[in-house]
Amino acid sequence: MSSTFLLLLGPALAFTATLVSLLLASNRNIQNYSTNLLLVLSGVATVISGIMGLLAAPIAITLPIGLPGLPGLPELPIHLRLDALAGFFLVVVGLLVAFVAIYSVGYIKSLQVGRSLTPLCVFMSLFILGMQGVVLADDSYAFMICWELMSVASYFLVVYEHEKEANHKAGFLYLLMAHLGGLLILSSFSILFVNGHSFEFAAMRTAVLTPFSASMVFLLAGLGFGMKAGLMPLHVWLPEAHPVAPSNASALMSGIMIKVAIYGFLRVVFDLVGLETSAWWWGGLVLAIGSSSVVGGVLFALQQHDLKRLLAYHSVENIGIIAIGIGLSMVFMHFGHPSLAALGLVAALYHTLNHALFKGLLFMGAGAVLHATHSSNMGDMGGLIRRMPITAALFLIGCLSISALPPFNGFVSEWLTFQAALMAPSLEGTPLSALIPFSAAMLALAGALTATCFIKVFGIVFQGTPRKPAAAEAHEVDRWMLMGMGGPALLCILLGLLPVYVIPLIAMVPKILIQNGQLESLVQNGWLWLTPISSERASYSPPIVMMAFILAGIIAFLMYRRGKPVRRAALWSCGHPHLNARMQYTATSFSQPLRHIFSDIYHPEEKNTRSDHGHHLLVKRVRYSVHIRDLVWDYLYIPIWHLMEWVVNGVGWLHKQRLQGYLTYIFVTLLVLMGFLI
Amino acid sequence: MNLWICNILESIFLIGLAPLGGMALKKMKARLQNRRGPGFFQSYRDIAKLFSKEPILPNQASWIFRLAPYVIFIVTALAVLIVPVVLIPLPLSAAADVITLVGLLSIARFFTALGAMDTGTAFGGMGSSREMTLSALAEPAMLMGVFVLSMAAQSTDLSTMVAVMLKGNLGLQPSLVFALAAMLIVATAETGRIPVDNPATHLELTMVHEAMILEYSGRYLALIEWANQIKLLLFATLIINLFFPWGIAIEVSGASLLVGVMAWILKLLTLFGLLALMETTMAKMRIFRVPEVLGLAFLLAILGMLTHYILEVSV
Repeated sequence: MSSTFLLLLGPALAFTATLVSLLLASNRNIQNYSTNLLLVLSGVATVISGIMGLLAAPIAITLPIGLPGLPGLPELPIHLRLDALAGFFLVVVGLLVAFVAIYSVGYIKSLQVGRSLTPLCVFMSLFILGMQGVVLADDSYAFMICWELMSVASYFLVVYEHEKEANHKAGFLYLLMAHLGGLLILSSFSILFVNGHSFEFAAMRTAVLTPFSASMVFLLAGLGFGMKAGLMPLHVWLPEAHPVAPSNASALMSGIMIKVAIYGFLRVVFDLVGLETSAWWWGGLVLAIGSSSVVGGVLFALQQHDLKRLLAYHSVENIGIIAIGIGLSMVFMHFGHPSLAALGLVAALYHTLNHALFKGLLFMGAGAVLHATHSSNMGDMGGLIRRMPITAALFLIGCLSISALPPFNGFVSEWLTFQAALMAPSLEGTPLSALIPFSAAMLALAGALTATCFIKVFGIVFQGTPRKPAAAEAHEVDRWMLMGMGGPALLCILLGLLPVYVIPLIAMVPKILIQNGQLESLVQNGWLWLTPISSERASYSPPIVMMAFILAGIIAFLMYRRGKPVRRAALWSCGHPHLNARMQYTATSFSQPLRHIFSDIYHPEEKNTRSDHGHHLLVKRVRYSVHIRDLVWDYLYIPIWHLMEWVVNGVGWLHKQRLQGYLTYIFVTLLVLMGFLI
Repeated sequence: MNLWICNILESIFLIGLAPLGGMALKKMKARLQNRRGPGFFQSYRDIAKLFSKEPILPNQASWIFRLAPYVIFIVTALAVLIVPVVLIPLPLSAAADVITLVGLLSIARFFTALGAMDTGTAFGGMGSSREMTLSALAEPAMLMGVFVLSMAAQSTDLSTMVAVMLKGNLGLQPSLVFALAAMLIVATAETGRIPVDNPATHLELTMVHEAMILEYSGRYLALIEWANQIKLLLFATLIINLFFPWGIAIEVSGASLLVGVMAWILKLLTLFGLLALMETTMAKMRIFRVPEVLGLAFLLAILGMLTHYILEVSV
């Protein structure tokens, strides 16, 4: 009873938050505090029930609410089930929901007074409810309802600042892609329904699929969930929609909503279909898509000058890393190495958790910066480390984590992914064995490019001197926002230092998804050591690395105390009398060398105009602008669009008939229908 | 316990010798160019001088600017702790494998670039933009190059990798040649030598690394310079011990350690001799030619991996 209660507590609190925010709409302050504190509680309850799901046996409950008994339709109660997979994702969802809700208290307070808060609070709560529901659902009917709730609620968050034209466009694109994805997911469930004769996952799990229908389910689910997750060719909505949403909403969208899509993929492909029926190319396809996302995401991120858009492209990259882990797991499973498959899956899941934390942190930091400078263009920022020291320090932790630097958490999951990829020789000459080193190479390239990108972000936004007056007068954000960012930052460090405590929990997931997927070796050598295969093969000990850091730091500090005092002086300017902020490197100039190197991918549209005083050497003004379009638009979506247009134009004449033409249509239709009767 | 002490002593040995190593290279280069060059201990004198001077900070420098040199030095010193120099197995190389080594070096680079961006000068921005661009190509090439070895050795632990290479039962494998070529290119890029970067110049348009540390002075500069010399020796040691590990001590005894040290010095001098010859005969490349070379290194490393798969695993 108590476990059922705990299971329902998180969603129930989120639902209460929806009602409360509707009821208390008259007072902004009360509405803000009550909604967000209820959401914090909901997040905490979700984390607790998630941990319970990881540790205890699965719990299933049936809620007698569903479609009312319409004649001819089956009764459809809502089935919920909490197993290790759902539990893990509940922990991810709950953690970030709790932190973002704390942050939201401060963030919403600082929003301008004129705008109603009710849509933000209501749809935020519904959005969270939808995500919890998707993870808990145990039948495809409940799953799809929660999935749509999540999509539609987040659409309203994207268009919250509805007076801006760009937001409408982004929102429409998002809604379109979300529904296309939803349709594909629905199709994959319908194949499972036909084979399992029930909407319940339990029946679908036991259904026997032909190889063809299994592959169809994999493709449809992969496309549908991949669209939501933002894998490379399907990602176009993501860099449009995430930046325009309010920052607390984009933290949730980038931090966990795209992870819920990963959950859906794992649930359908690993659990319902089962990897035993997988074809050899499944894992290869996931690996290839993951590799393209990893490199494509980071390359386009490098060229952005809008801070939130840049972070959104990094979500594409990180989802790619998760996909590489999942792909490795699928390949190893198909070729009969269950324990290596478990390693790949653990790497992917660990990165899921890590990415939720540091991307949530970075989006919240971006929101803080945006709030302080009233701009999301990095060209307007600079020198914020002096005006917002705590935000800067927390943001730096996020940057170090996402750049996969030891001893932070991003490094641990990338390390595990590399270790899994390095086990590829045990596949012994399968057609895929050339693909795995390629994926590892792309992962390595993306890791180094990510570090470059975050040097750019931190250097341009927080360092140097302010480029605009608003940046010079920026002020530190309030305590709620700092607390909301501090939590994930602390967890980024802890998850980097003590992976040995977290991995046994995560390893409960492969235990139910992968038969014989045992991972005892990973943590068998005590709390200090992480050893994926065996201690001879590879080991990593974050606590020892950290202790060495601290020891060396103490020595340095003692030496520092004995050193000479420091003198401050003006910057050496090569004799030029007036240095100004415009002489600094900008986001565009920082990434210029990479733009040059990868110009075949970017196709930059550069414009260089100069005006002079009558002679080309007497320059008055030089203007340089560069615009980079997403490659996928030009090579995939626009051709599809043209194809559609062509087809539609071809069919269009059918509608331009006279009355006789339409009568002919009716006659032919009747003939065809009568043909069925006979 | 003996091994732990040896591990720490060995690292202190390398860190202490680093300025001398850099100077030996400079001296060889000078002799090849018909100059006498500075005295062997000039680097130590430079570092001592810098440590005793009063450091000057630019007015707008934040705490990152002051923190960065310490982080750079500490991280580089920690990287030394896990690389076998004259003795295997090292107990500390189990704490951090070769992927972590790459990660540690990339922390050093991260903070060098942040320190450069901190004051907002155009030089700092230029240097860090170029350095990060080049390293974004060099780092994956290095990782792939090392992965070829760790696939062959079935381990990413540096001590184990060296031990497997020492046994030599891998024979002459084509993949190792690819990996060695990639590693040599990467090492010249990562340590900022000709033809990628010229450590001896402050000519503004060609600077990469020097542009980043232009604002540093006093002990901050000393730490960065020293860390740089350590990095040079570290890369040389890594290449020597991974590809030519002959003579490295495999037990803690006076004789074998002596042989190990002698072999290391001999191989190091040979490698430095080749590097000096290369730096004398070649000119610095244009900055946009460098990515092509680094791309070549990346490609070579991937080729090495593929050859390892196709030719060596299946046989």
